[in-house]
Amino acid sequence: MRMRKHLPAALLAALLSAVAFLWASPFLWTLIASFRPESAGSAGMASLWPDFKPTLENFRNALDSGSFGLYYLNTLIVVVGVLAVQCVTVSLAGYAFARLRFPGRDVLFYAFLLQLMLVPPALIVPNLSTVVDLHLYDTLPGVMAPYFASAFGTFLMRQTFLALPRDFEEAAAIDGAPWWAIVWYVLLPMAKPGLIAFAIVSVTAHWNEFLWPLMVISSPDNQTLTIGLAAFTRGAEGGKEWGVLAAGTLLVMAPLAVAFIAFQRRFVDSFVFSGVKG
Amino acid sequence: MQRRMSLAGTTGVLDGIQAAAVPVRRRRLRLLPYALLAPSLLFLVLFTYLPVARVLVESLYDKPHGTGAATTFVGLGNYAKVLADPAFRQAALNNLIYAVGVLVPTIVLALAFALAVQRSTRFSAVLRTVFFFPSLVPLVAAASLFFFIFLPRVGLLDYYLAKIGLHGPNWLGDSDVALWSVIGLTVWKNAGYYMLFYIAGLQNVPRDTIEAAMIDGANAWQRLRFVILPALATTTAFVVVIALIQLLTNVDHVIVLTRGGPSNATNLLLYYIFQSAHENFEYGKAAAATLMSVAVLLAISLGSMRVMERGARGNG
Repeated sequence: MRMRKHLPAALLAALLSAVAFLWASPFLWTLIASFRPESAGSAGMASLWPDFKPTLENFRNALDSGSFGLYYLNTLIVVVGVLAVQCVTVSLAGYAFARLRFPGRDVLFYAFLLQLMLVPPALIVPNLSTVVDLHLYDTLPGVMAPYFASAFGTFLMRQTFLALPRDFEEAAAIDGAPWWAIVWYVLLPMAKPGLIAFAIVSVTAHWNEFLWPLMVISSPDNQTLTIGLAAFTRGAEGGKEWGVLAAGTLLVMAPLAVAFIAFQRRFVDSFVFSGVKG
Repeated sequence: MQRRMSLAGTTGVLDGIQAAAVPVRRRRLRLLPYALLAPSLLFLVLFTYLPVARVLVESLYDKPHGTGAATTFVGLGNYAKVLADPAFRQAALNNLIYAVGVLVPTIVLALAFALAVQRSTRFSAVLRTVFFFPSLVPLVAAASLFFFIFLPRVGLLDYYLAKIGLHGPNWLGDSDVALWSVIGLTVWKNAGYYMLFYIAGLQNVPRDTIEAAMIDGANAWQRLRFVILPALATTTAFVVVIALIQLLTNVDHVIVLTRGGPSNATNLLLYYIFQSAHENFEYGKAAAATLMSVAVLLAISLGSMRVMERGARGNG
């Protein structure tokens, strides 16, 4: 390897740069188009060369044309609501599977496992009937409900708890601490990395989700960002509105993109873990 | 396997201590595990088990929408109807082509990317970010981007093809091409995600085996073919399974870009289900199709468990 370092290495680097450029070009193009003034016309809209005076006009139009503020709020409510309930359900279940012994534990464990295979999107039709029966149709809790139990989160927390030393809990138990105090004051603070990894995967999944909210939500006031963006895309006609749509797409992607760039290591680790466990 | 072992190995040290200290609490503690699992189980029953039972029953009935007609038992009638529906057959065939068409290039690219960026240099870090980034954006947003990439004449693709004197087809409007355009989008979206697993997998390939192969005079290709690839067999099995599940349960881009068209060319199973229920209000058909896709998902997962167990044993 060391012997033939120079020419082939340079060629490889050039090839990789070209592929990376190709991979990034949809985003580069979106970025450029979102700052391109409308007067540039649709003929040159595909140009990747920023030969214009940047404008914020497109962002202003995007924010005006859809109820973006409302969509942000709805998406935020869904994402935070799902995560808050999940944190409780997966911590409790993870603790039970990691630290307690009881009859039927293996059977129940497999009962959880099934959710990794029968992912909610496959069951949209019957779940919609259930949501209607529960009078949750066209509500944000209806969008959240199928995700309140998470097999992935339960396994992740179980693994996290299993990896923790038992000394602290035993000391607390001898001092007479009840189980909830042990979970809350002893285990959860040490399990924070596991919870954060789960939170990253959960937030990303629900920020990006589309099909299920599309089925549950009918009134414009309850729409989430992805539904708004899809309607916006289908309403766009030809190249003329590309600038506004590019700006809108960036607005939808921005929060996760910023978080990712700030916490890259954590994101990557969480996603690797999410795949390996289910 | 590891999971089962650790399950059996967990002894209730805590239980023992508490039993000695407070006998009354011990009895209440016996119900504690079930109480802790109850919230999760409630939602698992409501949204994973009940729906399966529900489609099982609903698929046997004909429930006409909006006509006020009574629900009638039709036995396997809905299955017969679905199987005879040309749109369903097309969707099933498309999904198969889509799955293979996405799977092969994504896995090759994911592995190539992982091999290219595994060293911890600045350049590699930038490349990793670039390749991974598409998997972080909503599929709907990716569809919006590609809507304009595929736009006839003025879109990114046609604009640059024209510069080198080529003339592209109507990417989303031509029924011979549309599915491949959707496949292209999906490859771009997913390859970086699977790259992460290969990067993690490559860290577990024993360094001394690779060095031994080098000392024996194996060239880069031989090292890849005979040392690295076999060591990554479990990773590949994992990636194939999560990819297949993803390819059966993600149709956001189809909804935004093509609505299954032109003439069903990009109709996929889940889109067919969505359309039957949400647009045509044919619940019996939607239920029957859902149950078939559930069966496929279970088959993939159960099949993969056996493959992975064998893989784990093979790797020692």
